[in-house]
Amino acid sequence: MNRQPLTYKIIIHVVMMLVVAAIILPFLLLFLSSITEEATLLTYGYSFFPRKVSLESYSYIFRSSDKILGAYGMTIAITVVGTLLNITLSTLMAYPLSQRNLPFGKIMTFYVFFTMLFSGGLVPSYIMWTRYLGVKDTFWGLILPSYLVSAMNVLMIRTYFRNSIPEALYEAARIDGAGQFRVFRSIGLPLGKPILVTMGTFAALTYWNDWMNGLYYIAKRTDLYGIQSVLNKMVTDLQFLTSGTMSGYASAELARVPSTGVQMAIAFVAILPILVMFPFLQKYYQKGIALGAVKG
Amino acid sequence: MVQQNRMPRKKGFAERYGKWLPLYVMFIPGAIYLFINNYIPMAGLIIAFKRVNFSIGILNSPWAGLSNFKYLFATNDAWLITRNTLLYNLAFMVCNTIFGVLFAIFICDSAGKRVKKLYQSIILFPFLMSMVIVGYIVFALFSMQYGIVNKSILPALGKSPVYWYNEAQHWPAILTFVNTWKVVGYGCLIYISSINGIDTELYEAAALDGANKWQQIRHVTLPALVPPIITLTLLAVGRIFYSDFGLFYQATRNSGMLYSTTNVIDTYVYRGLVTQGNISMSSAAGFYQSIVGFTLVLSANLVVRKVSRENALF
Repeated sequence: MNRQPLTYKIIIHVVMMLVVAAIILPFLLLFLSSITEEATLLTYGYSFFPRKVSLESYSYIFRSSDKILGAYGMTIAITVVGTLLNITLSTLMAYPLSQRNLPFGKIMTFYVFFTMLFSGGLVPSYIMWTRYLGVKDTFWGLILPSYLVSAMNVLMIRTYFRNSIPEALYEAARIDGAGQFRVFRSIGLPLGKPILVTMGTFAALTYWNDWMNGLYYIAKRTDLYGIQSVLNKMVTDLQFLTSGTMSGYASAELARVPSTGVQMAIAFVAILPILVMFPFLQKYYQKGIALGAVKG
Repeated sequence: MVQQNRMPRKKGFAERYGKWLPLYVMFIPGAIYLFINNYIPMAGLIIAFKRVNFSIGILNSPWAGLSNFKYLFATNDAWLITRNTLLYNLAFMVCNTIFGVLFAIFICDSAGKRVKKLYQSIILFPFLMSMVIVGYIVFALFSMQYGIVNKSILPALGKSPVYWYNEAQHWPAILTFVNTWKVVGYGCLIYISSINGIDTELYEAAALDGANKWQQIRHVTLPALVPPIITLTLLAVGRIFYSDFGLFYQATRNSGMLYSTTNVIDTYVYRGLVTQGNISMSSAAGFYQSIVGFTLVLSANLVVRKVSRENALF
């Protein structure tokens, strides 16, 4: 496999370099735009070669601490609470399904699996969460809808508990007289750690990146917005203001919407944790993808 | 007498299921969540047949028969969003498969462990980004006033700026590119793990038989990739009536002038429900999506079961 014709080597090299450039350059553009001076940005547009560098955008973020740093704090809170609840519920749900002899185990698995096949869609969900469960404009509106338990994750954890932990270990613990819950705590949990960390990573990224719950379920309480929702809201506001026929009023309002450079700076700050954690994230993503590929 | 008969049976039941009780208890919280978050909305699909009046509740609202659907399908929108959804998904399936496989083969044939790892990491990176961020990147490229394409690239080529966010015809290509850029890494990693599972002796044997690189790819690598390709395609076919709402909402900045080529069922339902508050039309479109989507998952799986049992999802 190592002896390859030269032309093939060259093709690989060129193509992969292009791929790498296509992925990295846009992020670089985002970053460079965030450190370009506003006036330069407005004249020359976003550019890989900023004519004048300025950290004004970042200092704006820190000065407006209540708004943007607050949103950052919200994102962290949402991610922590969401991930903990998600992984707890998913694990508790997956473990019983992994036990081969559990009566009604198949029906219970189907109960989980069916949610992957059929969905009621946005309209009934939205009406239920907002009209009947009252999550609109609450912190729980950002945590509960859609993401708390994913059937896919539950089934992946189940498969791991079933196939990667030897049945004999469960048996041995039972013979020692341990109850079901005890077996779960002393065998399942410690040995299932790799999959739990992987699924926890998936959940954390879902909550970190989420802006849709903010879009659907937060209307007035914009103080509950996470960083992604703030980014989303800025786009909507700008459009609302620039599209308006009420130009005089709009231009005054427009001045209050963070400028083009600041938007890019906020976007970059939202990416930063993913960038820093990337080696860790990608390790677990690759594990998760490999596990998902082996369907169970 | 009767009681005597009953006692042992009761004991049998407790003996049979009692020891499993803790497991059932563990299952319950998640089951309740899925019941609320997933099962109740399934039943909620009936609102597509109702004239909803919240003051008397959904169940008491009068039936509307098929009038919501008549209303939906009388407009040109129904056809438009169906066409857009299907064509985009087809384009995404083709691009994700072709480029995913191509990059997987190239990465596996790259020299050096470190280089391979680096490529694998980089190709996954966009997959971890939120669509909002992707929307900002697309904006940095295509913004009509400040975008690098209009401000730097087109002038350098001696061309005049293009009003990207006002002209719908550009977006099928842009969105297909953006989607591939974002998600190709996911499939790619799955293909890589399949390629890594191929016995290297197969390549050596092929080389001994005088197979060149292309023939080795054609006869050794590609056959090994058929199962994951089928699985991923099957998943995609099952979701062909659904779109990534974020892609079509964020990358286009929800620009109304682009709807003719960028409105898909998911964005249509969202706008109908949240922006316009038109429950009858959006619920009809949502019902249509749920039912056709469900039928497609089942049929796609049925076909695969017939062709190769082991690749079916269920």
